Amino acid sequence: MSITLTVNGAPAQSDLPPETPLLWVLRDGMGLTGTKFGCGVAACGACTVHVDGVAVRSCQTTLGDVAGAQVVTIEGLGTPAAMHAVQAAWVAGQVAQCGYCQSGQIMQAASLLAENPAPSVDEIDAAMAGNLCRCGTYPRIRAAVQDAARRLREV
Amino acid sequence: MGRARTIARRTFLIGSAAILGGVAFGTYAYRKPYANPLTGGEAAAITPYVLIDANGVTIVTPRAEMGQGIQSTLAALVAEEMDLDWDQVRVMHGPPAAAYYNAAMLADGVPFAPTDHGWLAEAVRGAMAVPAKFLALQITGGSSSIPDGYEKMRAAGAVARVALVQAAARVWGVDEAGLTTASGAVIGPDGARLSYVDLAVDAAASDLPDVPPLKDPSQWKLLGRSLPRVGMVEKCTGTAQFAGDVRLPGMRFATVRMNPGLGARMVSYDATAALAMPGVERVIALSGGGVAVVANTTWAAFQAAEAVEIVWEAAAYPVSSAEMRAQIAASFVADTVDATPRDDGDVGAMTGEVWSAEYSVPHLAHATMEPMQAAAWLRQGRMDLWVGTQSPGFARKYAAAAAGLQEDLVEVHTTVMGGGFGRRAEVDASVLAAEVARAMEGTPVLVTWSREEDMSHDMYRPMAMGRVRAQVANGVVTGFDFATAAPSIMQTMAGRLGFPAMGPDATIAQGAWEQPYGFANYRVTAHRAPKGVPLGFWRSVGASQNAFFHESAVDELAHLAGADPLAFRLSQITHEPSRKVLEAVARMSGWERGRPEGVALGVAFCLSFGVPTAQVIEVSQTDTGVRITGAWAAVDVGVALDPANIQAQVSGAMVYGLSAAVRGEITFAEGRVLEQNFWDYEPLRIDQIPDILVEVLQSGGKIRGIGEPGTPPAAPALANALFALTGTRVRDLPLAKGVRFA
Repeated sequence: MSITLTVNGAPAQSDLPPETPLLWVLRDGMGLTGTKFGCGVAACGACTVHVDGVAVRSCQTTLGDVAGAQVVTIEGLGTPAAMHAVQAAWVAGQVAQCGYCQSGQIMQAASLLAENPAPSVDEIDAAMAGNLCRCGTYPRIRAAVQDAARRLREV
Repeated sequence: MGRARTIARRTFLIGSAAILGGVAFGTYAYRKPYANPLTGGEAAAITPYVLIDANGVTIVTPRAEMGQGIQSTLAALVAEEMDLDWDQVRVMHGPPAAAYYNAAMLADGVPFAPTDHGWLAEAVRGAMAVPAKFLALQITGGSSSIPDGYEKMRAAGAVARVALVQAAARVWGVDEAGLTTASGAVIGPDGARLSYVDLAVDAAASDLPDVPPLKDPSQWKLLGRSLPRVGMVEKCTGTAQFAGDVRLPGMRFATVRMNPGLGARMVSYDATAALAMPGVERVIALSGGGVAVVANTTWAAFQAAEAVEIVWEAAAYPVSSAEMRAQIAASFVADTVDATPRDDGDVGAMTGEVWSAEYSVPHLAHATMEPMQAAAWLRQGRMDLWVGTQSPGFARKYAAAAAGLQEDLVEVHTTVMGGGFGRRAEVDASVLAAEVARAMEGTPVLVTWSREEDMSHDMYRPMAMGRVRAQVANGVVTGFDFATAAPSIMQTMAGRLGFPAMGPDATIAQGAWEQPYGFANYRVTAHRAPKGVPLGFWRSVGASQNAFFHESAVDELAHLAGADPLAFRLSQITHEPSRKVLEAVARMSGWERGRPEGVALGVAFCLSFGVPTAQVIEVSQTDTGVRITGAWAAVDVGVALDPANIQAQVSGAMVYGLSAAVRGEITFAEGRVLEQNFWDYEPLRIDQIPDILVEVLQSGGKIRGIGEPGTPPAAPALANALFALTGTRVRDLPLAKGVRFA
């Protein structure tokens, strides 16, 4: 039984069992490896993607949950040649160190800014608190979210 | 384009005698591990560090990128001397090769051997007799990459430049003295340009200097500046390739489940239920005790691994953290003395009332964001291994053994790492991937550990204790008798990586004995506690516990003396770079002006890996608990090559240290690790970390690496701030056991 959905704007389908987490459908089923596995229990945020425009932990969202839904991953947010404003702010702020958590951080930040175009520092901290970073890039993340908000307002 | 094709058809090596420091590698043919689609895998290699093909110049870094930015700075050293523009630079990891051994690990012995009798000093003496063992020392760690690469990477660039200039002189029939270089090209007296790509073939015939002239630092265009990091765009667009992102035709996805009693074996297993689960292909018994499950997705493998019924053998160490702590506490006796690396004056002369305190730290996991993972493909008698590793030489050696292959039939592709912190100096992920690949011969496999498996099968930062006896008089320390006890990391590592564990383990007293305090009577004694669970290098190694013991004690003595803790330190340190970092954090934090009721500051200092580092932490009492509301650090790295990257390293290392200080604890019960995931081993989150200001000083002394020195002062600075806030001294980590944090 094949489940159909939209991934990064293109129709997609998967024959994996419907209880398979979206994370593994993307990574192992579709080869979209930009979304990372960190914990498997929604404690780190590394697997964050957008489902119908909202940031979700793809390790806790099943394939069955996203039947017919619009899924956007880091690969669909922007590309090296055409980065989303959040990605551009991340590069300008030289945020990433190891980079492993940053796909999730960026997807979370993009979702925040879509809802709240001018978040306060406390609102940024609250929205980003589910995304761990072991390299400790938090201060640069905070600054980059503010920069991205400015970039989005100027568009 | 015709010229580029000529290059593409041939492979050249320009001699590589020009490695400073008295080491000549002789002719060394370097090949790219990935075939270049445009050149058919052929390119001109000028020294093992510079590769020129039709697409331009690639700089090969002998150290691996785990988030510390080392690829960028090592590449900048080469690019500076070659007069490349930064946007012309491409970078790749070097494969395991003798040419890439880490000379600073030998020369300085960091982080292993500050004394001549240290383990590494002994091990290296043994290794010197067998040149092949140099392979094993291609290690990224010990904050050694920059001290190791500072001269030789610049020399590699300078040699390449000389070769290219000579080639241009021959092409044009002019004297090389009139030629200059800029933006990846040689410029003639008339302004004509020949690109390095076009000159690479002719450069092969150049006569190379033994000791190339290096630019004076005043001429630097790239070094000393904050450069955009290599790989930043890839990491922000999901296109950077970690080991787990390797995808190959027909790839299967696997995981492992190992004995929770670390190092013990499997008695029996029943895979009937697991094999009946959808997508599951195989269950493989692992030689080290445990199983691997191969499936069509990693998730299916995770589920099935849980469904395997396993009878485990019991582990051979004490069953609980309490018993381990009792062993360490019992180790402060004469016959466990591993070394007495410092003994100034006579601490025995302390008479009358002697102040004393005992401190402790728990085991810690590395908990890299990327769990352990590696891809392997064994076919046609050889194996490719994709792994983020801090030690590709070891990875190849042990993966080859696991695959039943000669080492030269294993090719290691070092990917970027999702954090290292010492964890990826280990070879377990590589070995297990090789075992699965061997069982699945012909099929590429990706072996990903669950977070639970990663958390509970680490090589941990040891549990340790410190005991300090001291006296103060007239505002200064008159006696300081510091004893520290921990099991030996080197001893447990020797069993894993096959080194003889000779001599004292210098990591036990690391971060304590080399402190620049001028106490008149000053002794540091290292006690070796019994070997127990597997231990490993955890960012800053022994300094991670000893700075907490030492700097907590110094702070307590300051309060005992009725002195300001920062002024108290300054009054007993004469080492000028150390004084300067303390003065800097005082200025940055506004130490002198103090803080209102409910807000307090704490300071700590540690000289580790040659870097004096001072930090101040501000804490505030709130309705929901204590918050960290300010953080300042100052370091002196001798020469600062990339200030922004150094700031990022110090700031990040501080967060790593604060996470451990507040909540970090690995607990053993019934012989196994209790903590399983980020919900019970939870690093600090963004709402718990303030903005962090870092000042980078340059004394002009010996250049130092900066991956680790930011970690040690974080815990004592926070503990000292908490004392200033609450009047309660917490001597046992993690602090959250005694303090409520918001």
